[in-house]
Amino acid sequence: MDLTYTETEQAFRTQARKWLQANVPRGLRSGDTAEGFAQHVEWEKRLFDARWAVVSWPERYGGRDASLWEWLIFEEEYYRAGAPPRVTQNGIFLLAPTVFEYGTPQQQDAILPRMAAAEDLWCQGWSEPGAGSDLAATASRAVRDPAGGWRLTGQKTWTTRGAFCTHLFGLFRTDPASERHRGLTYFLVALDADGVTVRGFERLDGDEGFAEVFLEDVHVADDAILGGVGEGWRVAMSTTGSERGLTLRSPGRFMSAAERLIELAQARGSDVTPLLRDRIVQAWIDAEAYQLFTLGQVTKIADGGSPGAESSLNKVFWSELDIRLHATALDLLGAGAELDGPWMRGFLFALAGPIYAGTNEIQRNIIAERLLGLPRT
Amino acid sequence: MRFALSEDQRALRDGVRELLAGECPPALVRAAWTDPAAAARSLWAKLTALGIAGAAVPTARGGLGLAACDVVPLLEEAGRAAVPLPILETAFVAAPLLAQDAGATPALERLLAGELLVACALDGATGVPYGAIADLVLVSAGAADGLAVHVLDAGSACRPERSIDHARAVARLLTPPSVDRRPLALTHGERVAAWHRGVVGCAAELVGLGRTLLARTAAYVKERHQFGVPVGSFQAVKHHLADGLLALEFAAPAVLRAAWSIDRGCASVGRDAAMAKALASEAAERVARIALQCHGAIAYTTEYDLHLFAKRVWASSRTWGSAEWQRGRVAVALGLQLD
Repeated sequence: MDLTYTETEQAFRTQARKWLQANVPRGLRSGDTAEGFAQHVEWEKRLFDARWAVVSWPERYGGRDASLWEWLIFEEEYYRAGAPPRVTQNGIFLLAPTVFEYGTPQQQDAILPRMAAAEDLWCQGWSEPGAGSDLAATASRAVRDPAGGWRLTGQKTWTTRGAFCTHLFGLFRTDPASERHRGLTYFLVALDADGVTVRGFERLDGDEGFAEVFLEDVHVADDAILGGVGEGWRVAMSTTGSERGLTLRSPGRFMSAAERLIELAQARGSDVTPLLRDRIVQAWIDAEAYQLFTLGQVTKIADGGSPGAESSLNKVFWSELDIRLHATALDLLGAGAELDGPWMRGFLFALAGPIYAGTNEIQRNIIAERLLGLPRT
Repeated sequence: MRFALSEDQRALRDGVRELLAGECPPALVRAAWTDPAAAARSLWAKLTALGIAGAAVPTARGGLGLAACDVVPLLEEAGRAAVPLPILETAFVAAPLLAQDAGATPALERLLAGELLVACALDGATGVPYGAIADLVLVSAGAADGLAVHVLDAGSACRPERSIDHARAVARLLTPPSVDRRPLALTHGERVAAWHRGVVGCAAELVGLGRTLLARTAAYVKERHQFGVPVGSFQAVKHHLADGLLALEFAAPAVLRAAWSIDRGCASVGRDAAMAKALASEAAERVARIALQCHGAIAYTTEYDLHLFAKRVWASSRTWGSAEWQRGRVAVALGLQLD
């Protein structure tokens, strides 16, 4: 046991903190609007130029070869500094770990540097009108083009920032006779290709943060496949592990929200009833508990382990914690909570947490079946 | 940064787990319901042979000199087996205190020899867990301000009471006690540290109890069939059990971190201990409810073993500060409430 950071890690923290303090932009519009997205991409490019965009990646791709511990530190400092949400997250936190695991060296060289530099902006093409929680019901299909490559046809939906991104990663059925999770292949698609139509639409918060992506006989080359034909399910599970677990939702985000909640309560002073105070303390404790859980998890990863189905524990815990944190803040704000402010925005965003990355109902099934050994339904 | 038990710590914990699996089966806990003293003495002799009595006593005073991070996992094991003994009070709270006061050397020697069990009277002594089988009682003066200012002879200071958990051998402290109080010569810091050890140790026991309750329930719902299928194949049941695991998995690291804060003398130790106990009490209470519900009627009997563990949770989750009370301590530490 050693719950302290080394001098090198502390120096890393100081360096990150100083840079963020001097550079974090204020007053950006929502990254889920066209104008705000462009502002966020500018910020991403500044992060990249200063080599803070992807700290845990190899230097040759724009990273710092930072350890997982240093990555956690960076995340803590990032959110503590009040820096903007990462509009590149579906690329750098979800697709990239999969590219590192399954991509060929050529794919890695072609995809990762442009992703890190926010030149290519990736969205996730998982959900379809008939495949939400049930990802294995994917109906979009890919057929071989006799002249080479593949032709993709189908519809993806609820695609986050799909209207603003340049590329999509998603699952397509390559074996028409296959069912469920067999016969799926993981494809990488440029959204400016012929046959792609993207239609943005409003999310719950009123921003145009969602899109439908229609693909009609879209041609892609053979190297648009990540991890092999028919291997899509296995490759996708690597992405969902990242999405549910640590890489998408590091503890820094919730610790920072909990600290802001404490500040809000202190500013309200005697308005805080004992009942509300208890909820504030519970939310703070839970954010701290999430942090401690992840420290244990990172230790396991550092020892060569893999979180596996444990990432479902992360997913349920952080998503429900996020709602409690924001709902408590709204109750602190009282009647003023309805105004379109950061806590209400955060609350609406938090409400999506138990839905995306596999609903919490699915996660609880996974916890019961894989971690407690209960029989599959 | 490394947040995991060391190999030595795991080996020690596994050794105690193995010993308790053999020596403290539910049958022994059940035996303690009718004769708590006999069950306690035989089990305590075996644990003492392993050095558990002096685990937290410095080697210079004849103990093993273990740190909180070594001992707290053992207390989780004690909880897992629902050990009907004041291990926490004797080995983790009292023993290091007796080792601080030269005048208490005879008591310490008896404790190290396994001849002395200690109970703690925490809050006005409405109920003293294990007071009916202990030899000494430590009486606290104001919980958060630290523990154990006086030592009393348990036999003359306590009158047995009936707990919901008979194996806890609860007693009521007589007021005024019919014996002289003997103050221990301790600094304020030592008394506060003893309180933190009690809080964190109790939290560890509760996590262990929760783990047993959840494991027994997971095993049962795999076996129990209704409507032609295992009841554990129903989502409603699965989700209950998943919630139980979530509560435990996010409480256990907080308990271990609090042990680390004790060892390091961190400024945040009071907050960390309070947070650990709040999470552990809530998790254990939650799992006990889930266990009862998912077992169904069989758990609502005393013939079936589950109640031995569930009642230990209900009996102990509010000692050393209830979840609400501990969150009040956290509120003070966060500057949300005046002390």
